[in-house]
Amino acid sequence: MKKLNKKYLWIAAMFLLISPELLASPETPIDSGATAWMLTSTALVLLMIPGLAMFYGGLVRTKNVLGTIMHSFVAMGIISVLWVVVGYSMCFGGSVLGGVFGWNRDYLFLKGIDTNVMDAGIPEYVFSMFQGKFAIITPALIAGAFAERITFRAYCWFIAIWSIFVYNPLCHWVWSADGFLFNLGAKGAIDFAGGTVVHISAGVSGLVAAIYLGSRRGYPYQVIRPNNMVITMLGAGLLWVGWFGFNAGSSISSGLSTAQALTATQIAAASGALAWILIESFHHEGKATALGFASGILAGLVAVTPAAGVVQPYGAMILGIVASAACYMAIQLKNKLGYDDSLDAFGIHGVGGITGAIFLTFFIRKSWMAEAAASATDGTWTVWNQLGVQALAVLIAIVFAGGMTLLIIWLLDKVVRLRSECSDEMAGLDRAYHGERGYGMLNPS
Amino acid sequence: MKLITAIIREVQLDRVREALIAAEITRITVSRVSGHGQQRIEEMYRGQRIVPDLIPKIKIDIAVNDEFVDITVNTILKSAKTNGAEGHVGDGKIFITPLEECIRIRTGERGGSAI
Repeated sequence: MKKLNKKYLWIAAMFLLISPELLASPETPIDSGATAWMLTSTALVLLMIPGLAMFYGGLVRTKNVLGTIMHSFVAMGIISVLWVVVGYSMCFGGSVLGGVFGWNRDYLFLKGIDTNVMDAGIPEYVFSMFQGKFAIITPALIAGAFAERITFRAYCWFIAIWSIFVYNPLCHWVWSADGFLFNLGAKGAIDFAGGTVVHISAGVSGLVAAIYLGSRRGYPYQVIRPNNMVITMLGAGLLWVGWFGFNAGSSISSGLSTAQALTATQIAAASGALAWILIESFHHEGKATALGFASGILAGLVAVTPAAGVVQPYGAMILGIVASAACYMAIQLKNKLGYDDSLDAFGIHGVGGITGAIFLTFFIRKSWMAEAAASATDGTWTVWNQLGVQALAVLIAIVFAGGMTLLIIWLLDKVVRLRSECSDEMAGLDRAYHGERGYGMLNPS
Repeated sequence: MKLITAIIREVQLDRVREALIAAEITRITVSRVSGHGQQRIEEMYRGQRIVPDLIPKIKIDIAVNDEFVDITVNTILKSAKTNGAEGHVGDGKIFITPLEECIRIRTGERGGSAI
């Protein structure tokens, strides 16, 4: 009798120990390996945002360092909140209004995914938070284009509106299972981790906004030098590290495709960085600059972002080199044309993203092409077919992001002051909008 | 020859520098300094009003020949003053000291022509 009681107690205790997730969705068990890697990736992508803050923060003048860093940090606040409220629903809900964006009432405030486990074996919360980090970094990238001359208030409104009306629809088209770019051609437009969604859209939007706002005071006659290259280099390093979450995490698994993406990422960053300083050895008084190396890292990483899932190491290596050359030329061209893309958001992210999305076509692994051919209507699918799909996706991203940004910024300009007052620009954003100073006694630059 | 040392507000640096360049006074040395003056500023720090001990300022050193003293001083006076014509406590000071000698390192030339 006594023994029997003990047995029942054990059974009762077992029931208490079973987690509610398992009880709620017995059909998909949690894959703890994939979940662990996706949790890590989510943290790594978030790490890129302070990385970007440091990268951009070091490149501006002393008086604007905090204002520029805050552009990245405030995005972590605004976009995280928006993402939970409507962002996830607009990106990954079912298509509405003819596929313009997604919508799913269960995703508002993420209220309906409390116990969801996705087919990949990861809790939907993890996927949602992972994707949310991409939504954060994209508008933060734009900030580089109009650094040192935008009011903080207008910037906050801009990224909020831009995120809802540009990022969310674009993300839905490219990454949602019923998005039209996801289903373009035989096996979709290839955008593994955000070449069109993140980099092209941010770069092009930045270019439009920078031209609309006009140049900084004194540009280009007055020399505008970085205040702290050391934090810029540390920022570039953090971005490289965080990019493993960005790219390898985009496999939404922990397996072969994760390893392929991780490898491609490392190689493209390295070859891009080396290519940039090699170009400088011919074209920059033979001096390998630290900023050049950092720019090359970014150019390579940006270019491999759409490609990480489909290219093999030699392809990634070539992509890094081609991207560095293209971005270097784009920056030279910017200097000739004279528009003020302050920190080269378009020069690196726009041009690098376009280069990657187009050139990846020539390095797609055979197995992918075979699968595409199998799912094509007539059973054949060539590189040129895919090139058309890629070019169309890039064109759509450019036109949509550019046009919408112009519209948003034009409307916003009627309500909020966008361009800093001349006196605020002279005093610096740190003092004018934040009432703080970045450094103690560092000399003005 | 005189050495003109101006202590100005940090926020006025761009204005002063641009005014000096416009007046063709281009050879200047700028440094960040901090000190006590008549000014007491209150700053917000974590929601509290505080009075920092040392107030940061910018120091501009300009060595000039005698005939350029007036234009330099007037330019600084005009561009470093805040609050229109009235000015504010804390706009800074200008010190003028006699300059005994000036030597250009490259050529070794001395005096007014080396400035």
